[in-house]
Amino acid sequence: MTYTDTQIKELEQKAKQIRRLIIQMLAKAGSGHPGGSLSAADLITALYFKVLRHDPKNLNWPQRDRFHLSKGHCCPLWYAVLAESGYFSIDKLWTLRQLNSILQGHPDRRTPGVDVASGSLGQGLSVALGMSLAAKIDKKDYRVYVLLGDGEIQEGNIWEAAMAASHNKCDNLCALLDYNGFQIDGKVKDIMNLEPLVAKWQAFGWHSIEIDGHNMQEILSAYEEAKTIKDKPSIIIAHTIKGKGVSFMENVVDFHGRAPTKEEAEKALKELE
Amino acid sequence: MAEMLYQRDIYGQTLVELGRQNPDIVVLDADLSSSTRTALFGREFPERFFNFGVAEQNMMATACGLASCAKTVFVSTFAMFATGRAWDQVRNSIVYNKFNIKIVASHAGITVGPDGASHQALEDIALMRIIPSINIIVPCDGPQTRDAVITAANTAGPFYIRLGRPKVPTIENKGEFKLGKAQVLSEGKDVTIIACGIMVNEALAASGNLIKKGIKARIINLHTIRPLDNETILKAARETRGIVVCEEHTVIGGLASSIDEVVAENHPTKVVRLGIKNRFGQSGESAELLKEYNLTSLDIEKAALSIVS
Repeated sequence: MTYTDTQIKELEQKAKQIRRLIIQMLAKAGSGHPGGSLSAADLITALYFKVLRHDPKNLNWPQRDRFHLSKGHCCPLWYAVLAESGYFSIDKLWTLRQLNSILQGHPDRRTPGVDVASGSLGQGLSVALGMSLAAKIDKKDYRVYVLLGDGEIQEGNIWEAAMAASHNKCDNLCALLDYNGFQIDGKVKDIMNLEPLVAKWQAFGWHSIEIDGHNMQEILSAYEEAKTIKDKPSIIIAHTIKGKGVSFMENVVDFHGRAPTKEEAEKALKELE
Repeated sequence: MAEMLYQRDIYGQTLVELGRQNPDIVVLDADLSSSTRTALFGREFPERFFNFGVAEQNMMATACGLASCAKTVFVSTFAMFATGRAWDQVRNSIVYNKFNIKIVASHAGITVGPDGASHQALEDIALMRIIPSINIIVPCDGPQTRDAVITAANTAGPFYIRLGRPKVPTIENKGEFKLGKAQVLSEGKDVTIIACGIMVNEALAASGNLIKKGIKARIINLHTIRPLDNETILKAARETRGIVVCEEHTVIGGLASSIDEVVAENHPTKVVRLGIKNRFGQSGESAELLKEYNLTSLDIEKAALSIVS
């Protein structure tokens, strides 16, 4: 499937809108994780608005493609995409992290469109594996997507799941790695190096696709390529920039887990006009 | 002589029975399917059985993904690894999501025997009980294992079912099994003995000895740790002179603590706890270990006498 320049432009505009919502939501909440929400914004925008088979009005549609956010702290991105897709009204975004809100600080099943809670890192690839195996048992053709963080894949549970997914030939499973190079304590390569990363996933029996995670054409092509792979799971290793789209947040580790102040948010929104 | 059965045999057979009735039942194991007997299910339903190798954390979180797609998932390994190794996955992926996942763990308690301390889960009930809302059953014998597994399959939400390694005698005339309803196995007004799992049989033996001494003990099989049968416990607290609690588990956080909490808040009475006290297990035969850790019928008898005298 090829996309026209106009379609790509529209998608880029949509991603910009998603980034604006992330900034506004976090500034209002006063806490949360902007860095990794912004870095994965293009990947997830493209997924929800061009790739995923889903129906916001039919939450339990058995044939729907599944998405799971394994790096749960980046839920502002997920919430923005769900609201823009029509799962709930945009107004709800301003209740993020408040008592009794449907938008918890980490994903929760009380949010329409969220099938499984997350937050404790390293479990989501297994969750996606379970969804993938359910499709095989039921002979359904839905696909399963899961977003992993780069720091997150330091968890041993990830590699247990990686082994199990290739062992079970889960070709309906596509993992997305937001490889922005930063984790809370600093640069991933300084804290606990992941390289050689492509070789690791390939050694675990995965089909690996490396892309620029901010290039819509490359993102969409990667999703298409993954669909054609048989008998093994795929991982899209997306090279991204933490805080992408807001100059003073880009590659600044402080914005992993700090919300922008009111002034910073205003500045950020100007850049995202 | 009472019939002797492996609870795990009954578990495996019951899974096959359930699998025939319900195509949405899926079973997972982590390289212990011959010990937990989930292999019986795997042989009949290979497309609904997954062996994840020695990787319990992945198994628990994968169960979560399957359950999110409307499967009822039975997950088995040894109690040590189900509750200890994968506790975070059980808490966050399984119970917090309120999914239909039934953790059935075998080889719980000191009676694991010769394998020793690393394999003797003495904390598993506590580890599950501190997580909100998960139902917990400790069946006392083979037939009750079947009741527990069928109840779990037919009741929404997460369950933890604790099974032992050795054969256990079948206890007759227990009455109907109901989740959250303790079974009073013999009436008595002098003292109450509350037990779960293999300790129920020891409690009955103690009761026989006590009768010879003119003491009538009320014997309660408290097979469900959550939801707890407060009513039966408090009735015993009111009507007898004290309670002996016996469990093949640390006295912290399990059956004894459950009783203590209810009694202390509602009707304080003397409670004597028999269980593992601030120790790890060790190698030995099951019977030797029960003796070493003061978990025999004689120990129960002594504890009961300390209350009535």
